[in-house]
Amino acid sequence: MQASFHIENFSGLTDQIQAATSTDVETALDSRTCTLNDLAALLSPAAEEFLPQMAARSRELTAMRFGKTTQIFAPLYLSNFCINRCAYCGFAADNAIPRKKLTIDEAIREADILKERGFKHVLLVTGEAPAKAGVDYLEEVVLRLKDKFAALSIEVQPLEQEEYAQLFRAGVTAVAVYQETYDRKIYKQVHLAGKKCDYDYRINTPARAAAAGMREIGIGALLGLSHWRAEGMALGIHLQWLRKQFWQTNFTVSFPRLRPAAGAFEPLVNVTEKNLSQLMFALRIFDPDVGLILSTREEARYRNGMLGLGPTRYSAGSCTAPGGYSSDEHDGEQFSVGDHRTIDEVCKIIQNKGFDPVCKDWDREFQSFP
Amino acid sequence: MLTIAGTEFSSRLFVGTGKFSSATVMEHAIAASEAQMVTVALRRVDLENPDDDIMSHLDRDKIHFLPNTSGARNADEAVRLAHLARAASGSRWLKLEVTPDPRTLLPDPVDTLKAAAQLVKDDFIVLPYINADPVLALRLQDAGVAAVMPLGAPIGTNQGIQTALQVAIIIEQARVPVVVDAGIGAPSHAAQAMEMGADAVLVNTAIAIADDPIRMAAAFKQAVQAGRQGFAAGLGASSTSTRASSPQRGFIGESLNFIEE
Amino acid sequence: MHIVCNGRQQEIDQGKTLGGLLEDLGLPADSVVAEINQKIIDRDQYATLKLSQGDQVELIRFVGGG
Repeated sequence: MQASFHIENFSGLTDQIQAATSTDVETALDSRTCTLNDLAALLSPAAEEFLPQMAARSRELTAMRFGKTTQIFAPLYLSNFCINRCAYCGFAADNAIPRKKLTIDEAIREADILKERGFKHVLLVTGEAPAKAGVDYLEEVVLRLKDKFAALSIEVQPLEQEEYAQLFRAGVTAVAVYQETYDRKIYKQVHLAGKKCDYDYRINTPARAAAAGMREIGIGALLGLSHWRAEGMALGIHLQWLRKQFWQTNFTVSFPRLRPAAGAFEPLVNVTEKNLSQLMFALRIFDPDVGLILSTREEARYRNGMLGLGPTRYSAGSCTAPGGYSSDEHDGEQFSVGDHRTIDEVCKIIQNKGFDPVCKDWDREFQSFP
Repeated sequence: MLTIAGTEFSSRLFVGTGKFSSATVMEHAIAASEAQMVTVALRRVDLENPDDDIMSHLDRDKIHFLPNTSGARNADEAVRLAHLARAASGSRWLKLEVTPDPRTLLPDPVDTLKAAAQLVKDDFIVLPYINADPVLALRLQDAGVAAVMPLGAPIGTNQGIQTALQVAIIIEQARVPVVVDAGIGAPSHAAQAMEMGADAVLVNTAIAIADDPIRMAAAFKQAVQAGRQGFAAGLGASSTSTRASSPQRGFIGESLNFIEE
Repeated sequence: MHIVCNGRQQEIDQGKTLGGLLEDLGLPADSVVAEINQKIIDRDQYATLKLSQGDQVELIRFVGGG
């Protein structure tokens, strides 16, 4: 078993970032290899006046590493049962929302709708409730759904390495698990009950999934819980560590930004679109090869503008309530969607901007199992 | 302090013992280099010259020996030489070299990986000599080697760090020390490797065939120290001057009008 | 009897030990490593190990190398 990951001094990251000067930012923009010090400079307040140049550099690097393409996927919510009480989430155990877990047939029905719409990569999402939606349920869903799609990824409760291996053999190729916040103090404050309270277990989940053979791991922080610049640093440090330990694995970063949800949680920090852009540009410059995911939490106008500037993967036509594709009722959502466009509308905009919307990136058939 | 397999070295210059005009010159050059890690090869005893023993010119108390498997053309030969080396030296340390092409002496990646895996199992401390192939370096680290030794240029060519791009990747990804070995023809090459972040360099030909090997050895010593200090001090970024990043120098960048808030 | 030592045919007395051979050749035992028929011989065996007819003996030592 590999070494475990930790962030030593979260508040120290803020100090390092705040201390960066314009000269540091220029150095970071000009250098051929971006260090963690450079990342700190790019995340700093001093970098804000360089945002257009950061965008240009980010666009250049994204084109070099990813070409003029944008990957498309859809989330498929299987269950919103959850044993955790996270202060910020619509699925929190003490929120009175209609709870639903899809039967296998219902999951197939949702999947068929997505398939018909043209999606080839699907992200299976659940709240965290192992008793209701455990590994065996997930495995069964995956086995029934996998032939409909080129790739299936999951965003579910943190699992053990052997459980990830089980799901990998069943047909899952990617795992997304977000630390939410790397700030241990805030983490404790917002995770009030449930297994999610264990900061260390969660932070080592990406490593367990990678060790199980998953081809791609997604990390992320829920922007607004703690200081976003320090979260950006923590994400960079985590990414660098993961790459060192798992050199054969692909990585992505997601940027969920706190939006209205049942329970009306007040974020510590208001993270603006400008902040979000700076964060994405900084991470792109720091790691030219990491996938950057912009979900439908963000508005259409913003997502259109960001095309080609850094993000490499977009969800589309999303519904965050289980069974939401089959019905018109969207009760029991995890969060409200900002971009309501269909996959066709999103793909059209992508093409108009001179990019190729990629619905399929990988075929499971080519995969070998150790 | 450089640490390889738990052993500390204060000198980051490793020196080879081949190609010298005499054992005495070699001995003085090594002393001038202040190297603590010295490679040796294994060959049949020359029965005509039984007294010709290099080890009498090397102080085992000051110097750490790194036997190599030079001459091995495949994994089997390398493993055999490795065991002979261990029997001869009593040490588990080994520089693994598998070089089937006697003209270029370039290392065979396939048999190097095969031999390395076997020798790690046989409890050797393996330092494999490889082309500057980042994926091979990672595969060898996964197999348990104690360091990796990517070449700057083929042995004896003195061409410098021709493989700089790949060596940089190897250094960035490495979980073990990186020793740039082969092709280092001038002190400036050694300094360059150290500035890039290499943990050490191995130099043989450039010292052995210099007009004044002892002086050259001292020069390499200084170059390695200078390069390492430069690296540790934090080298300033070299500017790609075509990119105007300062707002005062003119606005170059993306329009971000679409951003609200 | 005949043995082959470092690729060279050599005539030696019956009952000659490996250690004895090294002495005849002027080679200090601790400066060489010996293989007989591709098998490495422990140094503490040199004094007692008797050579046999047709043995392929390799005597190897460290030399300069990079």
